[in-house]
Amino acid sequence: MHSVPVDVEKVSPYNGKIIIDMAYTEEELKKELETKEYEYGFYTDIESDTFPKGLNEEIVIAISKKKEEPEWMTLWRLAAFKGWKEMVEPEWANIHYKKPNFQDISYYSAPNSKPKYDSLDEVDPELLDTFKRLGISIDEQKKLAGVAVDIVMDSVSVATTFKKTLAEKGIIFCSISEAIREHPELVKKYIGSVVPPKDNFYAALNSAVFSDGSFCYIPKGVRCPMELSTYFRINQAGTGQFERTLVIADEGSYVSYLEGCTAPSRDENQLHAAVVELIALDNSEIKYSTVQNWFPGDKEGKGGVFNFVTKRGLCEKGAKISWTQVETGSAITWKYPSCILKGDNSIGEFYSIAVTNNYQQADTGTKMVHIGKNTKSTIISKGISAGKSQNSYRGLVQVNSRANNARNFSQCDSLLMGNECGAHTFPYIEVKNKTAHIEHEATTSKIGEDQIFYCNQRGIDTEKAIALIVNGFSKEVLNKLPMEFAVEAQKLLEISLEGSVG
Amino acid sequence: MLKIKDLHASVEDKEILKGVSLEVKPGEVHAIMGPNGSGKSTLASVIAGKEEFEITKGSILFEGEDLEDVSPEERAHKGVFLSFQYPVEIPGVSVTNFMKTAINESRKARGQEDMPANEMLKLIREKSEMLDIDRKFLSRSLNQGFSGGEKKRNEIFQMAMLEPKLAILDETDSGLDIDALRIVANGVNKLKSKDNAVILITHYQRLLEYIIPDFVHVIHDGKIVKSGTKELALELEEKGYDWLKKEPVA
Ligand SMILES: Nc1ncnc2c1ncn2[C@@H]1O[C@H](COP(=O)(O)OP(=O)(O)OP(=O)(O)O)[C@@H](O)[C@H]1O
Ligand SMILES: [Mg+2]
Repeated sequence: MHSVPVDVEKVSPYNGKIIIDMAYTEEELKKELETKEYEYGFYTDIESDTFPKGLNEEIVIAISKKKEEPEWMTLWRLAAFKGWKEMVEPEWANIHYKKPNFQDISYYSAPNSKPKYDSLDEVDPELLDTFKRLGISIDEQKKLAGVAVDIVMDSVSVATTFKKTLAEKGIIFCSISEAIREHPELVKKYIGSVVPPKDNFYAALNSAVFSDGSFCYIPKGVRCPMELSTYFRINQAGTGQFERTLVIADEGSYVSYLEGCTAPSRDENQLHAAVVELIALDNSEIKYSTVQNWFPGDKEGKGGVFNFVTKRGLCEKGAKISWTQVETGSAITWKYPSCILKGDNSIGEFYSIAVTNNYQQADTGTKMVHIGKNTKSTIISKGISAGKSQNSYRGLVQVNSRANNARNFSQCDSLLMGNECGAHTFPYIEVKNKTAHIEHEATTSKIGEDQIFYCNQRGIDTEKAIALIVNGFSKEVLNKLPMEFAVEAQKLLEISLEGSVG
Repeated sequence: MLKIKDLHASVEDKEILKGVSLEVKPGEVHAIMGPNGSGKSTLASVIAGKEEFEITKGSILFEGEDLEDVSPEERAHKGVFLSFQYPVEIPGVSVTNFMKTAINESRKARGQEDMPANEMLKLIREKSEMLDIDRKFLSRSLNQGFSGGEKKRNEIFQMAMLEPKLAILDETDSGLDIDALRIVANGVNKLKSKDNAVILITHYQRLLEYIIPDFVHVIHDGKIVKSGTKELALELEEKGYDWLKKEPVA
């Protein structure tokens, strides 16, 4: 195996293609943009069933018991915990932070009202109010054609809609705990098959203590008729959140899965270590989109979420996985959604916008592992840094010896605002097959005073000018998001960069 | 409309404008000529409100209001337009999107609703036809990869869309081919009325054959050294600037 420095080629297959005109959504967003502070920064006072702080075998067993899990699952968790104890928290070259004390975290917290609801009337009104303030009133969501919502509130699913429509097609969309109980054969077969329990420190921790998350199975040949979305939210002080998501697309099926995150502002760092596994069987396709908005910390860099996520997808023959993400939040983000292109002719895509402001640190990127023949991958990464933030892209393109005619195109663009932030690109390429064709492009630009003055002269104020320039810069990725998410994403970009220049 | 009195402006302690006075009335066309580096673009930028330049003395009145504390975007809302000598690129932002944002921001400043989509479309169609601009061009990223002439034509398209009261065209004719020059000049003439005014910054008499100026001024070393009528431009074409550099006239 040999790593080679990137050979920068200037030919872009995208040249001339990216001229699609986006809808004008800025205006609709304007009103909501008036608040300068993190707008979802509130805390709901719901009685919770919280475990004592600390982590040991008893806690792992207690979590499993609480979730009414079968024995195999408990054993699986314990094995992961054993592995985790022997692992060391990794050091990251470009990230600096005070490491969390894992014994000072409570590993389980659930809203007290445990039973599943048949109607909204049964739901805790305060919880409903929280949803409303998040802008995701279930009532509205229900009306929003084609969006099923499985809301994860502090580790336990509290509301699920559209379940029936999905059931008619044989689609399973439920919490992971429910799946463990109701569909053990599927869970047993696939959980940990893409991200093994001992894959890395955070994945091992997650495997031991995950409390909830989503599960999705699309049967053979079925095209999921709606976008599936899950909203995650941390709501308890000092509670780490360990979500586990498993998406299985059976042969020839298709699903588009949306994940959006918001968190209330807290003065303590909150740890978030999720695991997402995608399995795309022969000729299936999974689109996984994320708009991530964890609390980034205040202007001084205090507070904020630590986001250490392992996301990985496996493509069988002719399958395709696309990761699209807009990252604006977290004090620290460590995240590399990856694709294992195992099957011949499979395709992996990664489209990412990562915004850092103030004291945020992000180290994100992707891994594309080409194993099958004629496999193809595309990486488009847009990093936007403002304030005193540090934004790193780390990408690995690996072509194994049997992967004849593997192709990869990578493009990493950085946009800097001001003189105190940093953008770093670390592309790694490992090629063991001579027929591979790899292209890499990288650019770094700065929002110039001339650009701002030009906009000003046309009547566009500086804040708006920045939003316009940033949206233009991010367009190729924004265009990959489902429409309603693109709107949300633009809003987040604007919010997270407000006040960063001039 | 525009009244500039003894304007001094400097950048990084270097004085560039050294006492410019100029009055522009509604309906008038003023041409400003002068050698490279004499301060023409600086004057245009200062009128538009570029903060880089510090006004050390004098004043700019626009429709009776002192512009000193008025931001560049507010000046634009009031009807000041600058066609840039070097238009900047904004990748990923289409000409259409940019114009829509600009128009609606100005409307918002005036307390108006956003322009309805069909009205916007009509306006775009009308103005792009007037300036012979291909619709496809409007979906491209602003100024990115535009030829020199295309950039200039795009500036005039924006002017046509925004219908300013005072348009300052900084060397809009440079880089235009003969046909384009005629199209652009015709466009400017069509937009001219008794209520608005144009300041043309140019090096060439040729533009002034299409857009006839009421006054011609020569700037040298940060000052207007001579003012006259359109005949002055012809004289300059013949004699160059040297004779003016030697005998400054106020
Ligand atoms: N930001 C700046 N910093 C330093 N000097 C500047 C700056 N802007 C302009 N100048 C200087 O001010 C003088 C006038 O420049 P200006 O661009 O106004 O000239 P001009 O008359 O428009 O010339 P041209 O005909 O070449 O366009 C020049 O000497 C130029 O170098
Ligand atoms: Mg100039």
